[in-house]
Amino acid sequence: MLYSEKVLEHFANPKNVGELEDANGVGEVGNAKCGDIMRMYLSIDGDVIKDVKFKTFGCGAAIATSSIATEMIIGKTVEDALKLTNRAVVEALDGLPPSKIHCSVLAEQAIKAALSDYYKRQGIDPAPIVGGAGGCDDCGECDVCNAH
Amino acid sequence: MERFVYADNAATTKVSDRVLAAMTPFLQQNYGNPSSIYSIGRESKKTIEEAREKVSVALGASPAEIYFTSGGSEADNWAIKGAAATQAKKGKKHIITTNFEHHAVLHTCEKLARDGFEITYLPINDEGYITAEQVREAIRPDTALVTIMYANNEIGTIQPIKEIGKVCREAKVWFHTDAVQAVGHVEINVQDQNIDMLSLSGHKIHAPKGVGALYIKKGIVLQNLIDGGGQERGKRAGTENIASIVGLGQAISDCTQDIETKIKHVSAMRDRLIENALKIPQVRLNGGLQNRLCGNANLSFTAVEGEALLLLLDMNGICGSSGSACTSGSLDPSHVLLALGLPHETAHGSLRLSINEETSDEDIDYIIKTLPPVIERLRAMSPLWDK
Repeated sequence: MLYSEKVLEHFANPKNVGELEDANGVGEVGNAKCGDIMRMYLSIDGDVIKDVKFKTFGCGAAIATSSIATEMIIGKTVEDALKLTNRAVVEALDGLPPSKIHCSVLAEQAIKAALSDYYKRQGIDPAPIVGGAGGCDDCGECDVCNAH
Repeated sequence: MERFVYADNAATTKVSDRVLAAMTPFLQQNYGNPSSIYSIGRESKKTIEEAREKVSVALGASPAEIYFTSGGSEADNWAIKGAAATQAKKGKKHIITTNFEHHAVLHTCEKLARDGFEITYLPINDEGYITAEQVREAIRPDTALVTIMYANNEIGTIQPIKEIGKVCREAKVWFHTDAVQAVGHVEINVQDQNIDMLSLSGHKIHAPKGVGALYIKKGIVLQNLIDGGGQERGKRAGTENIASIVGLGQAISDCTQDIETKIKHVSAMRDRLIENALKIPQVRLNGGLQNRLCGNANLSFTAVEGEALLLLLDMNGICGSSGSACTSGSLDPSHVLLALGLPHETAHGSLRLSINEETSDEDIDYIIKTLPPVIERLRAMSPLWDK
């Protein structure tokens, strides 16, 4: 298992760990069976993501993808955050081992789940905007899920 | 980094000075082919037979019962597939094993199942043990082989091999044991313990990687592993890996000498490690403590994932391993911990520390000091911890 320096750096010094008391969008994806759970807290003001925090149970890659994903959406508009893809997360980390790509999928899904929650709290149906939030079962990367 | 502590001796060990010194003459000076007639060839042949003698003494076997292989996995494959081929001719196509074997055994049995063998996987209890009674109940008239590991590689539990062997003898069923983790850490005598075949590996006992041996009791005929020249009595052809075989001979002599003292010394360090690690909140020891390899500690920490724990320990200079096979590129949790009955999230997060006689009390102090803050740090970022 060879991690890039960037992954190790984010794992050793993860950014934005914790919870947000005034979060108005919270999303959790993954499950313990797969070995990864990510929870994202968003504080959205108007159209801009003012602050992001995360809590992750998972491997080094799961923690690193969570960390860099929070950095990539802080200060961005909701619209821009919705455009964040797992591929962009992988690129920002200078790559991930093939068996860890699913961690980047989880990071994308965690943000989308938190944005869905934000829309729901506003009384807006998130489905047309966010799309299928996706869960762990949809990632298809993990042997446990594939066995379902 | 304050200190470097290697606590993964169940994965592999350092080649010892004595082993290295014994090996080096056979790389550049006495490089003769053991099958050659001239002096350096004869010297090589003699040396291999001396090594075979050393292995046989360590196991309580006779030299003619020892076959050198490339390692433990090869020995396991040969014993199981070889026995299966011989026994199938007599219409015996049933194999008994357990659900917590090494993959060298499990995947070999799965392959045989695809070839028409029926496999019984005996379940371990929640402490990580099999009983001879379970084996007795599972034996059938068409049972070809019983293969049960001597000691488990992840949780270190030592099985009642002598009793299992007795049951097999009574039923006239061949009994193979994967003793890769046990050799040098447990007193082994294949005669007293009713063992018909035994696999061992060099690199777990300070010999180099790429050498091992299979003990095959006289009278048991396995099909050839490699056809070719007459090496290993024609059963495993190919010019011998002399230097490594010499290394294995030296290593097994060294590690079985004064084994009682070593077991006492290493278990005392292990017990101190476990006792202190268990002071961390919500931690469990996997596998029973009574019959356990002297150097093995396997712990699970609630809400902590194994690979992240290993990475963080590594950043603090501690080499350990995880029951989580994440480290090997697979995302499956440990089959051993699942076999113990642990839930998936716990099976994803175990830590195996395997120490040996080279570990110092200061190393143990350092692990005891380093572990709690590392666990605390990972729990602080875990969404499972605040639930």
